[in-house]
Formats: sequence, structure tokens, C-alpha cells
Amino acid sequence: MRYSGLRVIKEALTGHKGWKPIWRNPEPQSSYDYIIIGGGGHGLATAYYLSNTFKKARIAVLEKGWLGSGNIGRNTTIIRSNYLLPGNEPFYEFSMKLWENLEQEFNFNAMVSQRGILNLLHTDAQRDAYRRRGNAMILAGADAELLDQDGVRAMYPWLNFDNARFPIKGGLLQRRAGTARHDGVAWGYARGADLKGVDLIQNCEVTGFRIENGTMRGVETSRGYIAANKVGVAVAGSTGRVMAMAGMRMPIESHVLQAFVSEGLKPTIDGVITFGAGHFYVSQSDKGGLVFGGDIDGYNSYAQRGNMAVIEDVAQGGMALMPAIGRARLLRVWGGIMDMSMDGSPIIDRTPVSGLYLNAGWCYGGFKATPASGYAFAHLLATDTPHETARAYRLDRFERGLPIDEKGMGAQPNLH
Amino acid sequence: MTRLTGGLIDRSRSLNFTFDGKSYTGHAGDTLASALLANDVRLMGRSFKYHRPRGVVSSGSEEPNALVELRSGAWQEPNTRATVAELFDELEAKSQNKIGSLSFDFLAVNDLLSPFFAAGFYYKTFMWPRAFWEKLYEPAIRRAAGLGSLTHEADPDSYDAGFLHCDLLVIGGGAAGIAAALTAARSGARVILADEDFRLGGRLLAESNPLEQPATDWIAGVEAEFASLPNLRVMRRTTVWGAFDHGVFGAVERVSDHLPTPGKRVRQSLWRITAKRAVLAAGATERHIPFANNDRPGVMLAGAMRAYANRWAVSPANRVAIFTSNDEGHRTAVDLAAKGVEIIAVVDARTGAKSQGGYRTIAGGHVTDSKGRLGLTSVQVTANGQTEWLDCGALGVAGGWNPNLHLASHHRGRPQWDDAAQAFLAQDGAVPGLTIAGAAAGKGSTAQALASGAQAAQAALGDLGITATLPDLPRGEDAQMNQHALWHVPGKGRAWVDFQNDVTVKDVKLAHQENMVPVEHLKRWTTLGMATDQGKTSNVTALAVMAELTGKSINQTGTTIFRPPYTPVSMGVLGGGDTGVHFRPRRLTPTHEWAKSQGAVFVEVGQWMRAQWYPKPGETHWRQSVDREVLATRKGVGICDVTTLGKVDVQGADAGEFLNRVYANAMGSLKVGMVRYGLMLREDGFAWDDGTCARLSETQYVVTTTTANAGTIYRHMEFCRQCLWPELDVQLISTTDAWAQLSVAGPNARKLLERVVDGFDLSNEAFPFMACAALTICGGLRARIFRISFSGELAYEIAVPARYGNALMARLIEKGADLGATPYGTETLGVLRIEKGHAAGNELNGQTTAQMLGMGRMVSTKKDSIGAVLSRREGMVADRRVLVGLQPVDAADPVVAGSHLFTQGAEQNTATDQGWITSACFSPHIGSAIGLGYLENGAERMGEVITAANPLQGQSVAMRIVSAHFVDPEGGRLRD
Amino acid sequence: MLIPHPLLGLRDAEEFTYLGDARLLDRPDGMAEGAAAAFYEYVHLRDNPAGVHRELWFHEQGDRSWLVVTRNTVTHEILGAELARNVKGGAA
Repeated sequence: MRYSGLRVIKEALTGHKGWKPIWRNPEPQSSYDYIIIGGGGHGLATAYYLSNTFKKARIAVLEKGWLGSGNIGRNTTIIRSNYLLPGNEPFYEFSMKLWENLEQEFNFNAMVSQRGILNLLHTDAQRDAYRRRGNAMILAGADAELLDQDGVRAMYPWLNFDNARFPIKGGLLQRRAGTARHDGVAWGYARGADLKGVDLIQNCEVTGFRIENGTMRGVETSRGYIAANKVGVAVAGSTGRVMAMAGMRMPIESHVLQAFVSEGLKPTIDGVITFGAGHFYVSQSDKGGLVFGGDIDGYNSYAQRGNMAVIEDVAQGGMALMPAIGRARLLRVWGGIMDMSMDGSPIIDRTPVSGLYLNAGWCYGGFKATPASGYAFAHLLATDTPHETARAYRLDRFERGLPIDEKGMGAQPNLH
Repeated sequence: MTRLTGGLIDRSRSLNFTFDGKSYTGHAGDTLASALLANDVRLMGRSFKYHRPRGVVSSGSEEPNALVELRSGAWQEPNTRATVAELFDELEAKSQNKIGSLSFDFLAVNDLLSPFFAAGFYYKTFMWPRAFWEKLYEPAIRRAAGLGSLTHEADPDSYDAGFLHCDLLVIGGGAAGIAAALTAARSGARVILADEDFRLGGRLLAESNPLEQPATDWIAGVEAEFASLPNLRVMRRTTVWGAFDHGVFGAVERVSDHLPTPGKRVRQSLWRITAKRAVLAAGATERHIPFANNDRPGVMLAGAMRAYANRWAVSPANRVAIFTSNDEGHRTAVDLAAKGVEIIAVVDARTGAKSQGGYRTIAGGHVTDSKGRLGLTSVQVTANGQTEWLDCGALGVAGGWNPNLHLASHHRGRPQWDDAAQAFLAQDGAVPGLTIAGAAAGKGSTAQALASGAQAAQAALGDLGITATLPDLPRGEDAQMNQHALWHVPGKGRAWVDFQNDVTVKDVKLAHQENMVPVEHLKRWTTLGMATDQGKTSNVTALAVMAELTGKSINQTGTTIFRPPYTPVSMGVLGGGDTGVHFRPRRLTPTHEWAKSQGAVFVEVGQWMRAQWYPKPGETHWRQSVDREVLATRKGVGICDVTTLGKVDVQGADAGEFLNRVYANAMGSLKVGMVRYGLMLREDGFAWDDGTCARLSETQYVVTTTTANAGTIYRHMEFCRQCLWPELDVQLISTTDAWAQLSVAGPNARKLLERVVDGFDLSNEAFPFMACAALTICGGLRARIFRISFSGELAYEIAVPARYGNALMARLIEKGADLGATPYGTETLGVLRIEKGHAAGNELNGQTTAQMLGMGRMVSTKKDSIGAVLSRREGMVADRRVLVGLQPVDAADPVVAGSHLFTQGAEQNTATDQGWITSACFSPHIGSAIGLGYLENGAERMGEVITAANPLQGQSVAMRIVSAHFVDPEGGRLRD
Repeated sequence: MLIPHPLLGLRDAEEFTYLGDARLLDRPDGMAEGAAAAFYEYVHLRDNPAGVHRELWFHEQGDRSWLVVTRNTVTHEILGAELARNVKGGAA
């Protein structure tokens, strides 16, 4: 069923009787050519591109809970391609270009909204670093602008310029960045994959791998054994647990990141603002809630909830940056589990087990990567070669001394 | 409507207030909602999506409809629930989420278009043409969405934050909570009783005769006893909003929200309460029953109607009907009738239901529709196949109660459906140390609440080894709930489940039809439960409807978990009051006061404020000051406060061995009285920090770190000492703040210092480059001196106890007047070090290797040290980028840090990128701008002209590759 | 969170700085055969268990002890805390 404004009108006039299930609820088959473990954003996007772009068939996505229940269901919805390093920036810019045509491609309004992201700067050294990054962005075909204080003031005159512990001296702006409706992204990919015959199997937890002589044969699940020669793992947050079933230790720790939304407010903030010195970033959803966050809690956790210190820290950052926010109320805070990798960058690669592929380590930045991650992972699964923009995301880069460390914090996951 | 008799308002105190500019009068003890009802105002808001006219539904913090903008100007707070806003004199409130007036909202057109706005419609349209989303569709949606308005003015109020500790925290001050607090407090335990209301009592205040004696009398007696117990803290107007790990609870006390202005007080306080045990006695929230057009102003919860009548002496109308699925509706009818309100009928869904007073009861009946554009005028009742319209101004709906177990699910424990209670109940241990009592545990009668509260407290204290005796409690009414589920009234019209977000039974059905069946899909597809009440008034009902559609039990259908906060909390109080310049602490250097007296310009360096430059009269541009300071230092002597560099005192028999392992280069072999430059790597082999290491004795070293890494390096050294090599005899202490350290640099440095040392021989022979010593200066002041140079000049760093730093600075400037002694700031420091090719933060950014810094050979292969092994990984060894100096071919050209480097004429993209400029400055010594940068194969390319591209700012400059040592590359000056 | 400091009693976790898995105590010998592989694993690979985890916390705003804390990463329950130097020295 194709979605369109016309269709919405027709259904409205006929009592919405014609809407079909957005996807099927298939029973798992005994074997597939491709199994994607994880029905979050990256898993669903992988299935979508594998079926739609790489024209593969006999594909299943196995999801422990409900589709989109990964971090795609609990993030702060920012999309951007404002990275520094050559291992990253071309990949995220590829993702941005996919975002820009996504909704028309998969016929689902994911509310991709390019209202810009502004990274504030406060010192000369930070300006130098932002200039280096802005130039790296432009050299990779992305857009970037360096604003001085007046430029920031023109965009957001009500930020705290005059009485700040960390005075705002400018910012790095990417106008093509913005936000997207996170659930809509998951649903659009899921629906697009389902329409091509991908079996999206919910409530199906993988409990083990069947590996013979270093070669993948299939997966044990809560709904029985399913054979497959190619299995892709896209279970950010649970990567360590799943890969342990294949006998592998990962360069990843699981950490909790809290995210926040205020009560609904009339339009207040147009784009995304990040205030690194105060560990705070904010945007406003189309529904009117201020969506914001800060640092990870900083300790290993699978609890999907955090503690009060970070809530206070984030609120302090908000008050320091935009003291008007004091009159708004926090509506809800929740936690998601992040795959914090050893260099802050992801992994999209084959593994020592033939037929087992890994997509992991997205830290707290996986949402923006969803299209490119799905595309690159599908590319890898379909062709056994890395996508050109994802070549640096090797699993062996730590052993070989080729980390992609945007922040320069070294092999300590909670610092990235 | 005039006031009813009785109630707990103070009729002797009248309060004036305005709503949408119109003046009204209420009484002390009123909420904004009760006062509006008393003034016949039923229309209080508009719904989120369809902009339907809405009135108050509840009498508590769960209110989804009656949200207002309270106060004005910078004090305006959006989305304040009228039901919990205490009335104060001159209160000012405005309705919100409308264009036009509240009674004529232009956006109500959305209601007419509602067939097009069914659940999930956004996702299916607005995709063409692509560019229209940001330009047209989205702005329109954003304007219509949202509720109240946030001004862009800074919050003018102040806040604070504090910590509290107790044996038992009792959450909720109703029957169960009071009984729990009384039980616990009498035992001598440290107890906190926190209640969100401004008056203790909870539902005891809302019911007519919950106790054998007047409830207010009993409460007054208990409160008098509470006041006499020093081990009990009663916190009214305090919402416990979050349950965190290990007995930590977040609470907000609304200190002065009930006052016209806070005066000198804070608006609200944030409390972090650490409790050994807690009792959750938060009561229950009544369920409504969706029927067609059940959202008109005047339709409200039956329990709320009782609360308004009994506590606030007000009825929403003179003629009232009730729709109930249990006995609660009858209680409302009885209470209101007793106060003279006309009960048109009680429509009881149970066949065989009996009237409990002199009012008409329609057994086996449903309310099936309603009328009244801006307020209810009549309801349609269907019973036994007969339909009739009843004229009434208000309808009380009683659909049973949902226990307020929210805090118990903050650790993600899933509540379970309990068939007997017909409600979700929290599981034991869902939050360790938290037990649940009263209606929150499904024990809803007053007698049950009192008893379970007391027992819960006794048991909780028993866990702690504290014996508590159950108090004598008054006899309470003990009517059993007997919940009879009626989740919605079948029918054709729109029946609201989630009032605020306009989610109807039809939306739930559509979600089912489209296979959005899992609870989380239902919620996200329809926006159910995303309103400001977090689904308190809607989630359970919607789940039950979905369960009905799928033919599954409610438990199989699942439930959502509530997240903190229990009710929305102001961002101001969560921030705790550390705003503006007080957001983070500031550290001042020992010479701060002196620098201030000299008119220095200060700059933030991490936590520190440092002098950036010292302008002289007549200097109008910072460059004039900096150029002068640079030249004064290179020609005479400059003095700079370098206290912010981290200092770690390392002592013990194994201090040398310890440092050998911590530094990439050898330190154990350093001679006493000498200093060595040291490079530290991270264990992953990348360069981390550099500094100096001075050996003051066989067993004592002083290590310096960069300013930025002072804390992390000290932490790392403690890790090495305690976690890796506890067998070594070594002790560490950070002395960054203990010593003021001044750099004295320039050809006249020795001459100047000779004037302050106490007979210490500073000659090159006695105290050569890289020497160090302890000495006294200025007639007996304990000091340390290090002959090290960051500038390339003859230089010393001299350290004195921090409290003497300011005086030493003044003394040196005074004594060196004839030598050209000049204070310099961080800008000059930067120029001096760039001219000399010293790496600093921009070069040591955590992404660079020793090899890139040109220090590859410093990493000793003869010993094991932190990072040595991984620094030899193939990818790092193969990295050919190295630090070089860069000078513009045309001396007038700028050098801009952050520019990327390319072979001249090469295409410029990520693949051809050869490096970047890390630092740049104007060099008075060279007479042009200069830079440092990392460049591929830089060492072999001296003299080559390359392109520094800064496309971000449209610049491209031809640069010559030179040595990074622009000044005195042979190092003669610093050894003189 | 509250951490039961073996010397100071219950302390708020905010006083501490977190490092990670307590296996970081077991630093390989950099001069031994196979040091490259041993260090790669030591620095980068983690068990990352969902459950009981022994981990390092530094009492930065306190007595500057490094602690080995045993904590459940699913429930955040803390099962114990020891001074790292005692664990390392085998004296615990």
C-alpha cells in the first residue's frame, strides 16, 4: 500500500477502513540466506537496503522485543555529518545524503528536518579545533560555517552571552543537519523491508550460534533453530552479550545514556544547539517538547536508567546556556544502553567466524548513522567487501594501531 | 455557581486573581481550579491536537486538561496545572494553546479536520515536494503543536539544592502516609514525610466521613505531635519525583510557588534524599470511562468532584449526573446531594445497581454521548435499549482506581495486572528498600490505608533493627473497592482515552488494524501517554482496549513503565541554582589580585582564570600588548604565572623506578639537582602529556603536567601506584595549589633573580641549564628554583608557597624595573612557545604520537613503561605526519590554525589531505605570522611550498615548510 | 549510587571517578614475549558482563583511594568494595 496525502484523504472519508497492517507478523522459516539479529534502526535499515538496493531475498530480521525497540526508540533524534577524521566524515556525509532522500525513497514521512546544528565554542583553542573540523567537513563534501559571537547571537539572541561562566565566542554551524522522527525512521525501514518480503520476526530472541569449523550455520532462538549462512549482528547495547555467544570479546563496554524531554512548548528553539563546555545539547521536537541530554552516566550498565547526578548536571548545563529554560518543566527522563567502543567509533566488519558479520560500537551517535550503517552493512553482507565510506571501521584496527578517535581520549569508553 | 457549605477554604481571606485578563475572587485554601469552578468557569484549556475545549478533569497533579500559563513576563511558567496551583492574591493566569480566545480558538478547525488527522497520519503524507517539509508543513505543525509558551527571558528566580538522610522516607501524606510516619517517628527513627499537597491528609480531605471522628481533627492532632518530634521532618509541597539507586530519591520542595513573589527566598529547592527504607503511599488515580464526546468541560472524575465539594466547597454545576462502574459514583452522589447539589441520575453500568440515597439510579446503563460546545449541557444515557438525554452541567465519571505505583517502576520493574484488584500492582522489591502501602498498593479503603501504612513502616524499620509499635489509629471507613472493569462504552462517536493528546478509542482500534499492537508501538503510533501526565489518566484504559481488540489478557498485552519524574519538575530547580558565572567553580592563580591591579585581561583556561595580556595605556589592540610583551621578554625579562601547570610530588625509595615506568623516557637515572623533560603516553601508545621532572633528592621528585591534564595525570599516577605496582615504595601528592610558580624568562632573568635569592649562586657553572634546587629567597622564604625554558630564552621557574605568589610577582617587577621586567600573559606564553616550536594543547590533543611530535626516540625500548608496547603498533609507526614550522611565502599573508595542508596545485579533498595547522600566531621575532602543523613526511620536505587551505573562511595561503624552531634553533640562549 | 568505601563507609558515587573493568589491574609485562598481543587485549577487550562486574573507581573527591567495586550492571546493586592495593597485593 502506497502512502500519500491523497490516500489519507480517501481513508478519512471512508472511515479509515482501508488501512492495511504496516507490516506482516510472519512465522520464522527454518532457514534464510541472511539473518539480521536486531530489529533496531540499523538492523532494519540493513534489511531494507539488502532487499531493496542489493536485491537479495530470503532475509529475516530477528528482534528480541518489538521492532524499533533498540536505541532508535530512545534517542534524541539528531542527524548531522560534522566529524573531523577521514575515517568518519565521508561515512556520515554519505549518511546525510541518504537522509536527504530517505522519505521519498521508502514512502514514509520520517520528518527529516534540516534545521541546522550549532556547536558552540568558548575559547581560541576550541575555535582552532572547530576550524580544522569545519574544513574537514567541507573537504569531504559536507557543509559547514564558522560563526563568530554575532553570528550566534543573530540565530539565538536569548542564549546566555552576558553572564556566563563559559562565554560564547562563536560556533560551528552545519545547516544541513537537524533531526528526524526516530520511530518513523524505524517504521519506514521496517515497512520498506517487509514490502520486499523480508520477514520481520518480533519476540524472537537469539540464544546461541551454531558455528562449525569456524563457519556460521545458523542461530538458536527462543522460537527454535533457524539456519543461515550469513548472519549480521546489529544489537548495539547488547553487542557484548550476543558476541560472547560466538566466543568473542569485544572492544566495547555498555553504558547508560540518559535522555530528556520537557513538557510541550510553543516553538522556542529552531535547530539543534550543543554546549560542550556545559555537557548539554538541545533541540525541540515537532510536538513541542525540548529534547535534550548530556554526558553518559559513566559506569558500565545494562539498566536502561541512570542516576540523579547526571540529571542535575544536564539541568545545570541547560540553565547555564539558556536561563529561560528554568520556567520549563522536565517531563520524562529515560536511559538507553550504548555500545561504547574503545575509540568512540563504530565497527562494520567481518569477524573471525566466517559468515558472522558485525555492526556495533555506535556509542551515543548511532541514530544519525542509521541510513549509512544499514547501507554499508548490507553492502558488506551482500558483497563481502566494505563499503567505500566504511573501510576504516575495521574490527582489527585496535590491534593494528589505527583507531578513529575523534576526541583523542584513548581506549577508555566512558570518555568518548 | 455559588460556594457550597463547609470545606477547608478560609472564607475570611479573599484573594483576587485573573484568568485571561478577567478578574475573579477566591479564598485562601483554593487552588486555581477550585476557584475557577467557584466562579462558574468550566472552560480552562484546549487539547493538544484538535484544540477541543476542555475543563478540569481531576483535582490533583495528574490533570491533563486544565493547564495554564501562570504569572507573566519573565516569571511566566507554561503548562501549570490549575489543580495544584495554590491560589494567591493577584495570581495571574492565561489559557494556552489557542489562536484567538479560549472560547474561539481558530485552531479548532483541526477538530473539523480530525478525520484526516487519525493516528499516524503524519507518517503517510507531507512528503512531496521534498523541500516543502521544512518550509511549509513542518512550521505549520510546529506552530499548532506545543502547549504553553516559554518566554526567552532568563528565569529571574533562584533555586537551591540540598541533601537529606533518613531511616525512613514516607512518600505521600494521606491516610497511609500519615500512619506510616506516625508509627516510624514514635520509634525514634529519623523520618521524612513528604507530601506534594500543601495540606496533609490526601483523600482524607476529599471524603465526607472517612474516619469515625472528623478527619481534620485527627490530622490536626497528629500534626501537633509531628511538630513535637525532632526526629521527623514533614515536608509539605514536596514531590518525591524519582527513585534512584541505593535508596536515593529526588524531591522538589515548592518553597514559594504559593506566594505572589518569592521575596528573598528561593522559588523551589531540590533535595537528594538518601533513605535506608521508604514507604510509597502515593494513593491512586481514578480512571475515567471513554464514551462518545466524553471530553467536554464539565465531564470530570467522580472522585475529583467529591474533592471539590468536600475540600473546596464547590461543585462544577448545580445539576450533576454520575456515570460509574462501581460504588464510587454513588459516594459522589451522596456527598454532593448532602451539600444541596441536584443529582440528576447515577448511571451505573452494573445491572442491578441500587441507589444509595434519594437520587435516581439507572442500573445497567451507559452514558453514550454528550452535548455542549464549550461546556456540558446534557448527556445521553442508554440503558436496556432505551436512550434518553439528561440535562446537566457536569458529569462525574468513576471507572475505578489505578494505584500510583509510578515510583516503584523507576527501576524498570514491570507492574503486574492483578485480576482481583482489577489494577496494575507493583511487584515486591521493584525498588529495593521501597514498600508500598495504602491505595498505591491497591488497599483503597481508609481503614486499609491506615493499617497498611503503619504496618509498612513497622516492617521497614524492623529491617533496620528498629522496633516500632503500631499506634492506635482511628477507625476508618472500610468500603471495599470491588472494581468492575468497564474500559470504554462501545459506540460510533469519538471517545477520548488520552485527553490532552487527543487519542480516542478509534485511534487505538486503528493502531490495531495497522498492526501497531505492541504497547510501545501503540503508544508511539498514537502518542498515547506522551502528554504531560505521562499517561496517568490514559495508559491503563488504552491497554485494556487493546487487550479487548486482540483477545488477550491485559497482562499479555503488556504495560509501559513510568519514568522519572513522577510529575514534571522545573528545570530551574533541577539545575539547583548554580547559574550564570557560578555554573562551575573558578580557580584563581596566586597572582590574580596583582594581575587585576595591573588591569590584566583574563581568559578561561579550563577551570582557571589566567591573565591573557597586560594592556598598557595607549594600547588599543591586544596585538600591541602581546607584541610588546614578547619583545620585552626576548630582550629583557618577562614574568608569567605558570602555577596552573600540574605539580605532583613523588617521594619514596622507589620514586625513580616508579617514574621510569610512568614516563616513556628514563627518569630513574636523573641526577639529584637536575630536571629532565618528560613525555607520558597513554597505555594505548598515544602521546598524553608532557612536562618536567625534577629530582630534588634521592627519594624526591617533582613532576609537572600540563594545565589541562593536571587532574587526569595525577589520577593516572595514583592508578599506577595503587593498582599496578603497590609493591613500590612511593607516595604521591598533588601540590598544584600549594606552590605558586612564576616563569622568569629572558636575557636578564639571571640578573633579576640574583636580586631576590638569599646568596644562592645562579651562575651558569653553579646552576646550569636544567638544574633545580631548593633555596630561600627574599630573606628566608622557602622556595624552589628550576632552570627550564619554554620560551627558548635563559629562563627559570621559581616556586614559593602559594600565599607568597602575589608578593613575589610584585617584588620581581619592582626589583627588575631597570632590567625591563615585564609581566606577560597566556597570549605571549603562546607566541614564545610557538616561536620555539614547543608542543602544547593544540599539538598534544590526544590523537598524536611521540613520533609525530618528533619525540619517537624518547620512547625507551630498554624498559617497560606505560604505552610503550602499543606505541609500536604498525598503524602508528606507519603514520608519516610530523610537526613542522610553517611560514607564509608572502609575509603579509595570514596563518590560520585549523587550515588543512595540501601539495601545491593538488586537488583538495579528504583523500589528498596531508595535515593541518595546529597553532598560529604573529611572531614579532620573525616579523610575520607563523604556524606549527602536522604534515605528511614533513621532516623530508623542508623548504617546500605548500598550500594551507581554509575553505571554511575562503582562505588559501602559500606556506613554506621550515623547522619548528623559529627562535634560536641551536638552543644557545637557554644554555647561556 | 552509593559506594561502600572500605575505610570511609557509604559515599556518594559522585565523589568518585570511574575507570572500568578491574582486569586493568593485571597489566602484562611489556618486556615479555608476545607483549604486543597481550597489551592489545589488556587495553581493548572487555567481558562487559550483564551481571556481576568488578570495576575500578577512584575516590577523587575523597581520600584518593582506588577501589575495586563489585557491582551488578543490570540492577546496579553493589556487592562489595575493596582497596585496589589490597586486591593487587593479595591482602584483601
